[in-house]
Amino acid sequence: MSKKSFRQAINEALAQEMERDPRVVIMGEDIAGGLGAPGEDDAWGGVLGVTKGLVGKFGRERVLDTPITESGFIGAAAGAALRGLRPVAELMFVDFMGVCFDQIFNQAAKFRYMFGGKATTPLVIRTMFGAGFRAASQHSQCLYPIFTHIPGLKVVIPSSPYEAKGLLIQSIRDDDPVIFFEHKVMYDVEEEVPDEPYAIPFGEARFVREGDDVTIVAFGRMVSMASQAAEALAKEGVSCSVIDPRTASPLDLPTILESVRETGRLVLVDEASPRCNLATDISAQVAEQAFDALKAPIRMVSPPHTPVPFAPALEDEFVPNAEKIAAAVRSTMRAPSKQAAE
Amino acid sequence: MAMSRALQLSREDLLRAYRQMRTIREFEERVHAEFATGDIPGFVHLYAGEEASAVGVCMHLTDKDAIASTHRGHGHCIAKGCDVHGMMAEIYGRKSGLCAGKGGSMHIADVSKGMLGANGIVGGGAPLACGAALAAKTLKTGGVAVAFGGDGASNQGTTAESMNLATVWKLPVIFVLEDNGYAESTASGWSVGGDAIKRAEGFGIPGVRVDGHDFFAVHDAAGEAIERTRSGGGPSFLHLKLNRYYGHFEGDGQAYRRDGEVAGLRAEIDTLDRFRRRVTEAKLLEENDLAGVDREVLALIEDSVRTAKSAAAPKSADLLTDVYLSY
Repeated sequence: MSKKSFRQAINEALAQEMERDPRVVIMGEDIAGGLGAPGEDDAWGGVLGVTKGLVGKFGRERVLDTPITESGFIGAAAGAALRGLRPVAELMFVDFMGVCFDQIFNQAAKFRYMFGGKATTPLVIRTMFGAGFRAASQHSQCLYPIFTHIPGLKVVIPSSPYEAKGLLIQSIRDDDPVIFFEHKVMYDVEEEVPDEPYAIPFGEARFVREGDDVTIVAFGRMVSMASQAAEALAKEGVSCSVIDPRTASPLDLPTILESVRETGRLVLVDEASPRCNLATDISAQVAEQAFDALKAPIRMVSPPHTPVPFAPALEDEFVPNAEKIAAAVRSTMRAPSKQAAE
Repeated sequence: MAMSRALQLSREDLLRAYRQMRTIREFEERVHAEFATGDIPGFVHLYAGEEASAVGVCMHLTDKDAIASTHRGHGHCIAKGCDVHGMMAEIYGRKSGLCAGKGGSMHIADVSKGMLGANGIVGGGAPLACGAALAAKTLKTGGVAVAFGGDGASNQGTTAESMNLATVWKLPVIFVLEDNGYAESTASGWSVGGDAIKRAEGFGIPGVRVDGHDFFAVHDAAGEAIERTRSGGGPSFLHLKLNRYYGHFEGDGQAYRRDGEVAGLRAEIDTLDRFRRRVTEAKLLEENDLAGVDREVLALIEDSVRTAKSAAAPKSADLLTDVYLSY
């Protein structure tokens, strides 16, 4: 056990799985970097250094730098997965999904079903997402709802270094295609992470904290925002559960429903655009299955329905934060409860 | 003209080639007829006329080699060893189909045979073939991959990306352009800018243009290309000029074709007729041999249709399986 950053946790998971299984290869743009250039080998280790050092350990045959050709290499990763490799492709920014989406949602996601269950596609696509980097509209989106929408894909959104390592190891060992979302603002976040490999199963939500009054469900970077809000609310006497579902697909709905049945109040926090995101999806399912348990309207905390702005003043306004989450929680506490109405 | 290497094939191989091409032809003629009765759901894209391509190429492949196919994939399936009964049942949407009735004509696959699927997306297969080639290279299986694509796919970015990636990664992949003159209804003479061979050469991939109705020419060129690629020479490209006998899909009125165009093709350059003439004139096979194959193939196709028609549809519980490993 030692303190590791989100970046180091991911790097360690990749290295340990590559060590364990020779069929695991990684590929992506500049994942070693400097290929064919006059300077250093392993010049970048990925655009933010996440894969640094792996080419030295595993060689160019298993650490495959690609040209900027997302349809080409994401499709190649899917084809290689059908034929015995376990590729982990890095799609640098999830925003670039737009140029290779066919290979993800028409090809990789569909093989198993279209081929009558006779194919497995053990593919992982790691991708960076989220606002907060002043990276503007084409490098800041939070597109996991789009992937969650597609049957055949698994969608993983780690919320801390410990979670990232265990969930990435599970992703690599999983035989279905997985899209693994890394929030770009979290790469330098540190916490204690075991040195040995471990896998965190998909579809099992974790309670970040437990409370009686309100259930807060949050994903990725929003988990720490929700925890901050819960901390502040505790001082006001409002006790919150914070649930991190870990995976959007599969989704651990039973745990969420169970908690809502205990608290009667639900706040959903999602950094994705507000229409058809994970918050609206979970809200609909809770309303359908636990309407009787609700003491107040479900609240959703998401950005406005706009592209991600560039100017720091605007981007800071755009991203949900602890204050906005706390305000939403307070509003559920103010709503007339069912008991009061009775 | 140098003696075609394919003419030196064994009697057994010549019969195999003819049997496969005849199977593809009869399969497609029968699907054409059955589709018209309304019994076959969805849409189908027929390969009749193009048989020499699939067979001339795939005869050089084994199960350790992979192919990525196209909308027009029945021929590639048969040439790569997919079970004909399983294919017909799949086209009818039966549980006994190769894909349990979940794929249909546009998605027939048999990964165990290295057939990575017909593909509903024009240009969708080339990156997958690159991946299969990468797997073969990394796992040192000695295998190669073939990306079949039409003149329509040749204009997709995925084709250009895949050719570049194949060169950069030195992949054992062969790109086979089946240029049948029409991307849907649009003539390739209009839609394909420049020259296909020069495009490939622009990516550092040597290319050869071949008469795609001449089995022997295709077999020779594919043999050389595949041998070159398999032995580490890098990716190769074949540009096959050929024609389809039916529309883009069944039900296509083909108003874009000349009156009598297909009848002329069938009368003058039919792949199977040409094969038959070549092998009988060279006394490599007897008319009797070929007629025997014809009879067996017709019986096989008849049986495949009969069993497909009477096979069970998938059950409603099957809707919810095969999405993930877990369900």
